[in-house]
Amino acid sequence: MKVIKLPKFAHAVQAGFPSAADDFIEAQLDLNEHLIEHPSATYLARAQGSSMKDQGIFNNDTLIVDRAREAEHGDIVVAALDGELTCKILDKQRRLLLPANNAMRPVPIGDNSELIIEGVVIHSIRHHIRQDRKQRSKTNRQTT
Amino acid sequence: MFALVDCNSCYASCEQVFRPDLRDKPVIVLSNNDGCIIARSKEAKRLGIPDLQPYFKLKGFLRQQGVSIFSANFTLYGDISHRVMTTLREYAAEVEVYSIDEMFLSFDGLPDDLKTYGQEIKQRIWRDVRMPVSVGVAPSKTLAKLANHAAKKISRLDGVCLLDTAEKWQWVQARLPVTKVWGIGSRTGKRLNTMGIRSILDLARANPKHMRREFNVNIERTITELNGTPAIDMETDVEPRQQIYCTRSFGHKPGDLYSLQTSISAYTARAAEKLRDQNSETKALQVFISCSRFEEEPYHGQQVVELPYATDDTRVLSHYARLAVEQLYRPNRLYARAGVGLIDIRSKDFQQRDFFYPTDNPRSEALMKTLDKINHRYGHGSAFLAAEGQKKRWRMRQAFLSPAYTTRWQDIPRVMLG
Repeated sequence: MKVIKLPKFAHAVQAGFPSAADDFIEAQLDLNEHLIEHPSATYLARAQGSSMKDQGIFNNDTLIVDRAREAEHGDIVVAALDGELTCKILDKQRRLLLPANNAMRPVPIGDNSELIIEGVVIHSIRHHIRQDRKQRSKTNRQTT
Repeated sequence: MFALVDCNSCYASCEQVFRPDLRDKPVIVLSNNDGCIIARSKEAKRLGIPDLQPYFKLKGFLRQQGVSIFSANFTLYGDISHRVMTTLREYAAEVEVYSIDEMFLSFDGLPDDLKTYGQEIKQRIWRDVRMPVSVGVAPSKTLAKLANHAAKKISRLDGVCLLDTAEKWQWVQARLPVTKVWGIGSRTGKRLNTMGIRSILDLARANPKHMRREFNVNIERTITELNGTPAIDMETDVEPRQQIYCTRSFGHKPGDLYSLQTSISAYTARAAEKLRDQNSETKALQVFISCSRFEEEPYHGQQVVELPYATDDTRVLSHYARLAVEQLYRPNRLYARAGVGLIDIRSKDFQQRDFFYPTDNPRSEALMKTLDKINHRYGHGSAFLAAEGQKKRWRMRQAFLSPAYTTRWQDIPRVMLG
């Protein structure tokens, strides 16, 4: 291997004493820890549509979806019904996917259609400011 | 006992994780630059699509068969692989990440019924990550590799193969050519063939001392392992990584120094980001550029740069990487590949500070943190050094790139509520 020799650097050495406050610093609260139980089995998704509004899930909300949790009767799940991802309440007894919106009908899980649970929605996050506005204000803060 | 857990058609399966509509369908993944086919789903293999074929040759056939095509999305594959590996760590005291899609586990004092345990692992990885895996279990790593191969080939095994008796592993060994053994390449294979060793069983029955004289100590170990005695230790991971490489083939082969320097700066930036992610710094970097090997006079230039002090500052690393490229550059050639490696990595926590040598300015750390934050939030390449160039003509061709479902906010999967 060829090695290039380089000039030494000229600027000053930075030295300093560690702050005495270091011992008293607690870790910051971590939302991941608060919201996610199985990190390797959890993914985030974006809700699109209004069929779950009565459960407080609105268009553009962020869903936290856990695949490691066994889906139980009454859970809000992400399911692949004939290949398409949807989010509904699982009615195991009547074999239905229930919307949370009176204007919409339950989706029967037919004997011939394939239903695969793609995880249980353990939390949903409502964004109370527009996403583009949020990003703009963050950018402003970074530049100042 | 050892297990080798291997992701089936790893890259193709990663593309199916958030696309349930594509499961059980033919899917292929193309190499950097959309050049060759590097992964095929089970269904794509069944269509007779060959591995490592140039994409353009099969374009018509693929379209006609309705095959889904993806450009390699290593951001996604890296994250899915990490999820698989993290989950697997729960199943064994000792693990060795062998590649992006393979992991060795060692079982000592674990359940007797390793076949059931293997099934449990397989089902768990499918449930949690949606990655199909095969599990091979045997008394040595070489046999575990073999068991894994059998698990994939013999469908009634349902993805899990336990080779725990000589009778079982010899049955498999008699049916496979010697080149299927872990660590036996095609050249050694040919030489073995001329010696009359054709099947794996032939090799297992060869005299180990004699073979060691003919070849090397590795083959003796392989023979020992093929007979059920472990001879190759687990290489449990040395975290953090000792070397970080970032290498790419060019989409559009550049011939000028400017393009090479901007691309090297960009690779350095990427490597430096990984370096900071693991809280390390580097004291040396390696830079290389090479022409296509089909060129009349192939040229491969590489240079190691020893830095005046260990650093994780993209600006410092990029500066020296560019100096190295300048030295390596030969005009009147077209370059096919370039890369940078951070090769003398140490942890930032236990750094040896040379009193007479300067270190990074403390403000540099704040700047690098900000840079990483911006790029993390808005995607790679949102904020970069001017040295990386504005146009990035050398960027890869990635016509069929899937979203980075798990690593970029804009890309998280959409769920249609109706």
